[in-house]
Amino acid sequence: MNALFAALRKDLLLQWRGRAQLIAIFAFGAAALLLFSFAIGPDSQSLRQHAAGFLWLGLLLASTLSLAESFEREMEEQALEGLLLLPVSARALYYGKSIANWAHLTLLGVALVPVMVVLYDAGTLRLLSLFGVILLGSAGLSAPGTLYAAMTSQTRARQTLLPLLLFPLVVPVLLAAVKATSLLILGDPMGQFRPWITLLAVFAVLHWSLGGLLFGRVVED
Amino acid sequence: MIAVAAAGICRRYGRRWALIDVSFDIPEGSLAMVTGRNGSGKSTLLRVLATAIRADRGSVAILGHDARAERDTVRERTALLGHRTHLYEPLTALENLALVARFLGGDGRRSALLARLEEVGLADRGDDVVQTFSAGMRQRLALARVLQQQPRLILLDEPYGHLDPPGFLLVDGLLQTLRKQGSTVLMATHLVNRGRRICDLGLVLEAGRLVFAGATAEMPEPAGVDATTPFAEGA
Repeated sequence: MNALFAALRKDLLLQWRGRAQLIAIFAFGAAALLLFSFAIGPDSQSLRQHAAGFLWLGLLLASTLSLAESFEREMEEQALEGLLLLPVSARALYYGKSIANWAHLTLLGVALVPVMVVLYDAGTLRLLSLFGVILLGSAGLSAPGTLYAAMTSQTRARQTLLPLLLFPLVVPVLLAAVKATSLLILGDPMGQFRPWITLLAVFAVLHWSLGGLLFGRVVED
Repeated sequence: MIAVAAAGICRRYGRRWALIDVSFDIPEGSLAMVTGRNGSGKSTLLRVLATAIRADRGSVAILGHDARAERDTVRERTALLGHRTHLYEPLTALENLALVARFLGGDGRRSALLARLEEVGLADRGDDVVQTFSAGMRQRLALARVLQQQPRLILLDEPYGHLDPPGFLLVDGLLQTLRKQGSTVLMATHLVNRGRRICDLGLVLEAGRLVFAGATAEMPEPAGVDATTPFAEGA
């Protein structure tokens, strides 16, 4: 547990030191939302209908930059190898980084909501539920994202490989997150929100469990 | 006790063999050096001994523990200074050392960490981020990081790399201190004569094969290295 907290503290500190990069990633996500809104046109009904999908697409695209960035610092001077040789449990390092990435993606998702509201005229009064969806959706993205970012960080084509590997794996998470967010924005007369959020939670738990089991094999020789 | 017992180590990268049937023993408390031309397998050997990479064949025992079966035990007793420094560049020198202390449960107080930096001549740069350091300062900090681990076996890959003349003396002094403390050191170096003056045992690698293992006084010149040149002298 101590190793996990030490790893988390290290990753949060690294993120804080690289906060200029985080602002750039937010700007990238906001720009993606803006461009998607141009594709729909000025029809406010259509904009509202597609808002949830575009919010999560924006977050997904921005997440690949953020996740890849989180391993740049580990690879520059083989710092991750240095920790593994201390020795530190690979699982503690994985969960430390995944939690830090989760916090970052959640923050990014929350920051993109006002952009979505302005561009798509798609708000909701159920803010706590929306935060819950972003929290669970980010968890479902950050766990496999951290694993694949570790895997691809050692390859030359990492910027291409990460989305190629990650996107197919997170389709269920993305689907559930989009549906749950959409129900919050457009209304939920059939009471479908709970099943979708449950599905989101199930996939998050699955990804976090598998990630912890596999990370050691990914980073060790 | 034998600190390093290597038996028939082979390691390849793709189709190229970097180490071929390398066997040797290093008694505990020794200062040993390994030398050889670029690409002869020195770094690979140190990385295999540090368990950073696995040998494809053969076995390694560190302080009586099998490197494959008891990897974590070996890692607790071993520290590696590699070509890459294992440092986090956005963190300060003190934060890098504190990280190691936090993971190992060592003394992470600022005063203790500053004392460690003092040993490598960086006490006045403790609060500066590593990104602002020169290559030589990074090498010094990497040495401090290795010492912070308080290992029984220290593997140093080109410890004199990037250092200025006072830095050379600093490494010499650290090696002597480690010897007095009973630690075992194996360093890879091209500075043959300097190594000879300090080390008891020498290994010479040629194209992945061990061609000499014995007292440094009897060590032959590695192929292509003239001991009379400043390169070999390392002064």
